[in-house]
Amino acid sequence: MYRWVPFWPNTASLQGVVVNNLFIAELALCVLIVGSVLAMMATFVIRYRRGSAASRGELVHKTWHWEIVWTVGTLVAFLVLFGWGAGIYVWLYQAPKGDIEIYAVAKQWMWKFQHPGGQGEIDTLHVPVGKTIRVVLASQDVIHSFYIPEFRIKHDVVPGTNQVVWFTPDKPGTYRIECTQFCGVQHATMIGNVFVMPQAAYAQWLANQGENESLAQQGEALFRTYGCSGCHGANSTVHAPSLDGLYGSLVHLQDGSVRRADEAYIRDCILTPRSFTVAGYPPVMPDFSGQISEGDVMKLIAYIQSLSSRNTRNVDSH
Amino acid sequence: MSIATDVEPSFLESENTLASWLFTKDHKRIALLFFASITFFFFIGGFAATLIRLHLANPEGLLQPAMYNRMFTMHGIVMVWFFLIPSIPTTLGNFFIPMMIGAHDLAFPRVNLGSWYVFNLSGLVLLYALIMGGIDTGWTFYTPLSTNYASGYVFAAAMAVFVNGFSSIMTALNFVVTIHRLRAPGMTWMRLPLFVWGIYAVSLVMLTATPVLAMDTMLLAVERFLGVGMFDPTRGGDPILWQHMFWFYSHPAVYIMILPAMGMVSELITCYARRPIFGYAGMTMAMMAIAIVSFFVWAHHMFVAGISVYSAIVFSLLTFFVAVPSAIKVFNWTVSLHKGVISLDAPMLYALGFVLLFTIGGVTGLMVATLAVDVPVHDTYFVIAHFHYIMVGGTVSAFFGGLHYWWPKMTGRHYPELWARFAAILTFVGFNLTFFPQFILGYLGMPRRYYTYPAEWQPWNLLSSAGASILAVAYVLPLVYLGWSLLYGRRAEGNPWRATGLEWQTPSPPPKHNFETTPVVTTSPYAYNPEDGSYVTQDGTAYA
Repeated sequence: MYRWVPFWPNTASLQGVVVNNLFIAELALCVLIVGSVLAMMATFVIRYRRGSAASRGELVHKTWHWEIVWTVGTLVAFLVLFGWGAGIYVWLYQAPKGDIEIYAVAKQWMWKFQHPGGQGEIDTLHVPVGKTIRVVLASQDVIHSFYIPEFRIKHDVVPGTNQVVWFTPDKPGTYRIECTQFCGVQHATMIGNVFVMPQAAYAQWLANQGENESLAQQGEALFRTYGCSGCHGANSTVHAPSLDGLYGSLVHLQDGSVRRADEAYIRDCILTPRSFTVAGYPPVMPDFSGQISEGDVMKLIAYIQSLSSRNTRNVDSH
Repeated sequence: MSIATDVEPSFLESENTLASWLFTKDHKRIALLFFASITFFFFIGGFAATLIRLHLANPEGLLQPAMYNRMFTMHGIVMVWFFLIPSIPTTLGNFFIPMMIGAHDLAFPRVNLGSWYVFNLSGLVLLYALIMGGIDTGWTFYTPLSTNYASGYVFAAAMAVFVNGFSSIMTALNFVVTIHRLRAPGMTWMRLPLFVWGIYAVSLVMLTATPVLAMDTMLLAVERFLGVGMFDPTRGGDPILWQHMFWFYSHPAVYIMILPAMGMVSELITCYARRPIFGYAGMTMAMMAIAIVSFFVWAHHMFVAGISVYSAIVFSLLTFFVAVPSAIKVFNWTVSLHKGVISLDAPMLYALGFVLLFTIGGVTGLMVATLAVDVPVHDTYFVIAHFHYIMVGGTVSAFFGGLHYWWPKMTGRHYPELWARFAAILTFVGFNLTFFPQFILGYLGMPRRYYTYPAEWQPWNLLSSAGASILAVAYVLPLVYLGWSLLYGRRAEGNPWRATGLEWQTPSPPPKHNFETTPVVTTSPYAYNPEDGSYVTQDGTAYA
């Protein structure tokens, strides 16, 4: 692919372009700072070397004037960079509602992806160009980290919760997915590929994957298998919170706190419901931790999510 | 100062039985004992580093993956706790803090000796872990990998770190009390040499941060053996809690490594530029500011771990605040060259190398402190390069600079100047060749702790490995010529560099109790006059 030594990574996503610009600006400032220190140092060392006749009289002594100008100057420059970086980070780390939602399970040492239509892939991920892709991450064992260098995005995958990373690829091509958090012996081989395809090709690819039950449909089946429908189903007489329109809404808990019902919250509620008792309901739901695999939890989440989108209630997403 | 042949024999000659060394209460001898210990560990850690770079010279590698993982873990643990943290304080600090403030010894000589034994005990535990098969968690022991999945001697390594912490605490306690209580008459706080300030600041950080490390390693053991769910999500724990607790110690530890180096370099630059430091008060305040702020930046290691965006913003801002005192220091060191009379002896070459490498490490630190830039470069070789610029380019350069500067004082012998300059330049060249390519690799996307990598990254890895071989030579060289100088080096007079510090106003090597009579300090440090070459030592003697 490369005919010369690679020096700079490609940028292949909207996020990549934005982060890359900031990186270039910071690099320029760094070169300026190191350059001026080096220039001052070299000038002084040569001009005031032992044996040179340059005048040593009237030594500059420290004045607060110097110190304050220098300190405030650097502080202002640093604060600009801080604000710039923080602004982008808030945008990067608060995932919007995506066009396509992928569920990913990381485990030693592979990436398992599931498309909304139920198509599954291992260590490869096909996505269409120009769409906002939202990836819900879960780990089955240790901490992994989901990193695509060309997209400049990364998020740790911490076991015990769900995390979300998102990107908008803008150039078709094949890019590496790497695990960047040391996760055991074969950490270096936990590499996958993301294939960014033109939208028509992507539709074709999806169709070629054969008939699949959608993730939400698979989740609905599990919803019955695990007995969730007994209490949370439409015809249930048990006093349990309704799941229609839950996803994305604000939930008031018994302990007085308020949580937004995102993937991580729904996951917590399924696995350790007693810690998240909803205000006004008795704490009677059994604990499912250790009994449902990460993949099944994701299918259940996909199903619960689908209950909101088919509902008329408006989901406010940020 | 006359050579005091008629009074006490030097500390090296006074008595030379094995017991007189192993049970010595003399801070100078204990410093040399520490030298022996940390030099041993430096070469163990360096050996692991050499294997790592040899392995990465091509993507197919040299070692088995499991062995490679054990090597980088060992490299990290040995270099952080058994070399970098004790390096300057226990050796140069131990030897020179009492002498620089005009004291006859540290406040608690037995505690000082005890610290060396505790250090070696922890070293033995670590060697046990290493010989039995090693650890493959990375030096950061991230849970749940370290508690539930790793098969190596994690407990032994954690206990080695636990015991090692007590040595840090004992040494730090000794320095704090000594600097508070044993200063010679007239040695006010604002007359303390900056090396003493550096050691004082670092001792405060060691005293307050190290107990947290003890808690961390104990909790790790409790989880691994008793199955209490502290960090394991399947037992109700939180893996991120480990990261908070670990970095609450380990971020201040980074400043534990760099603060003594900052003090060291201030001594070198003033002596070899023959002029007072620019902004003495600013330098002391900057060091104390760094020591304090170092406790409030730990979560910048966790920007991609899923902490709330609000706490990430706060920690990013606080991290930028560390850059301000660091920038003040770089600026002051550079201006301290202005209108000096500069000679490029080996210690000065190391010091100038320190300032440049520390600056590069510092500005790239700003980049990783910026939230959005940290996202792509986190846990890649960019970060590896950044912290090696600070810890190796910074701390190790300053350590070697100080070692050469004080070598005549410690041993009574001169080191061979040309060889030393050669080694200093070789260190600088080899270091940059090793670590600069890693910035490029990191932004290209090469993650850390990879035993293999895609072939297109080989040129940079090869360059880095080539640099490492130069660096290895540059680190072995001083061992050879300094050893040679012990036997054949030119004898050194009391103050060969015409320096102003009290430590130089004694014969070389100093007598057992340092000073015949306690000196009285009448002037600020660094009273060099570049205009006529005169200088005034801290005990008030003027030299033309």
